[in-house]
Amino acid sequence: MLFRSKYNERDRGACGLFGWMSRKGRRQNGEGVIEAIANMHERGNGLGGGFAAYGIYPEWRDHYCFHVMYGNEEAKDRTEDLLGQRFEVAHQEEIPHQPHPAITNEPLLWRYFLNSRSLAEGVDTQEYVVSAVMDINAGIHEACVFSSGKNMGAFKAVGYPEDVGKFFMLDQYEAYIWTAHARFPTNSQAWWGGAHPFCLLDFSVVHNGEISSYGINRRYLETFGYKCTLFTDTEVMVYLFDLLVRKHRLPLEVACDVLAAPFWKDIDAEVDEEQKALRTALRQVYASAMVNGPFAIILGFGNGMLGLNDRIKLRPMVAAENGDELYISSEEAAIHVLCAEPERVWMPKAGQPVVGYLEDGA
Amino acid sequence: MSEIIETTSGSAPEIDNEGLARIDARGIHYRRLNELVREVVRRGARRIEIVNVNGQRYIAVGLQEKVRVDIHGVPGNDLAAFCDGAEVVVHNNAQDAVGNTLNSGRVIVHGDAGDVIGYGMRGGEIFVRGDVGYRVGIHMKEEPRRKPLLVVGGTAADFLGEYQAGGRLVVLGLTDSARRGTVVGDYCGTGMHGGALYLRGQVDPSHIATKFVALSEANEATLADLKPILKQFCELFDYDLDRILDERFWVVQPFSHKPFAGGYAANP
Repeated sequence: MLFRSKYNERDRGACGLFGWMSRKGRRQNGEGVIEAIANMHERGNGLGGGFAAYGIYPEWRDHYCFHVMYGNEEAKDRTEDLLGQRFEVAHQEEIPHQPHPAITNEPLLWRYFLNSRSLAEGVDTQEYVVSAVMDINAGIHEACVFSSGKNMGAFKAVGYPEDVGKFFMLDQYEAYIWTAHARFPTNSQAWWGGAHPFCLLDFSVVHNGEISSYGINRRYLETFGYKCTLFTDTEVMVYLFDLLVRKHRLPLEVACDVLAAPFWKDIDAEVDEEQKALRTALRQVYASAMVNGPFAIILGFGNGMLGLNDRIKLRPMVAAENGDELYISSEEAAIHVLCAEPERVWMPKAGQPVVGYLEDGA
Repeated sequence: MSEIIETTSGSAPEIDNEGLARIDARGIHYRRLNELVREVVRRGARRIEIVNVNGQRYIAVGLQEKVRVDIHGVPGNDLAAFCDGAEVVVHNNAQDAVGNTLNSGRVIVHGDAGDVIGYGMRGGEIFVRGDVGYRVGIHMKEEPRRKPLLVVGGTAADFLGEYQAGGRLVVLGLTDSARRGTVVGDYCGTGMHGGALYLRGQVDPSHIATKFVALSEANEATLADLKPILKQFCELFDYDLDRILDERFWVVQPFSHKPFAGGYAANP
């Protein structure tokens, strides 16, 4: 497998995360975010870098955009057959990129804008799109859909994020939310599809840590039709958000209580009876959706960005606000690359989400 | 694969008559920055002022000379790690792992500091004006001749003094975050088996690992012991000692020097 070949270099480090959003929906190109994540160069080891960008395809805002990587032409043909059968493909093109000496083993990189309005009545469009993503990723060897939302996209590769950003020419895209990741793989091999972010529909996740509960989470997700095919623990995080927030309609903050579930001793000590009952129920109903192990994540979604730590904060996270801007980062210094003097800088508490929503009408 | 962003800028700075050297850290990788620091120290600098710092790691790592390093900007992780005599002053916030395994000397942070401050420190002093994050002062230890000291002006999050084996940890709760809650987070003193921890202000007893430690109100003798430390804090950060003493102090001390002895097979 060309783009799944192993990269064996190992170095010490820890993943780096960065996120920026404008609550007013003001867009900026990717240059600043590349510079910010590059400021944490030491956190990665060159075995994965990536970005999620929201607001980049306004001319196709009503279309689902699939970003797909292929190891060979056959995988591309088979995937395009499948897409052609299930969707009206309004537009397709290669994802623009330029040669970069540090980015090697590149797969074929294509994007497809899919018209969802052409579907038969009564079809749950999002469910239909998720099925297509799962069927391609699990069923077509050497094909990987790496983002599938509307007016957003992921860009990722094996390499340092600053090189990945230049490879994909992210200075050419304008987004109101950018998240970025510098990877230091610990338990899994490095490959293009294993770089962060991991995406499904409008959700994207960049993650620093290890998910010790991966096996439990995976088996649980499989009972709802999710297929974990990407050889990396972080994949379950994005599917869990999709399950809890889209399918089960939990508010985001409640979903965070499922993932970073409070300890029983803290539930017992809760004085608010309603909260106590809710948290007890969540732990009982969603025991298999609890994410164990150290993590810091930044979740991107259509109208906002969320940062979350595990319940004892085993990975770093700093947040800052300036005007309508929200920043979330593994290190404070990276925030200062974009904003010399933020109005507020703070260290979020374990298990307590930091959420920024787009303002109404933005 | 991309090489680390090396910059060639930052040629060796001048040292003035007072022994002061100024280094502009903008765009300089941490390796080069530390080379410059060591170089000016070798050439006799007694004070080093580093400006435009932003995220460079390991600044002043292992410095054994009794020099003063002033940092303007946010330094990267492991500031003053293994330091052995230098005084490092940060005029902004600091990140994680300040004073990792500090041996001697002093670190002063005028803003907040992140997680894992003073990890395994065995000597020297750390003073932070603002709040600190999780796992601060864990594995601190002491010898008969050397006792580390870590003073936090604001609040500390969970796991303060976890596995503390020696030295003194002081948390003063003087910042806004103390007014919003307690001065220390959960699991304080878990596995602690040496040294002492002093907390000023509102403490939630359920946050203290009472399986390992006893929580009691500080008596006159303890406060008298603390006074020189508090005076030092007031001088550094321009606080009024009376204001600090106008609040209750708590002492956290371990029950046992070998809390885990029962968990191992007996030594024949």
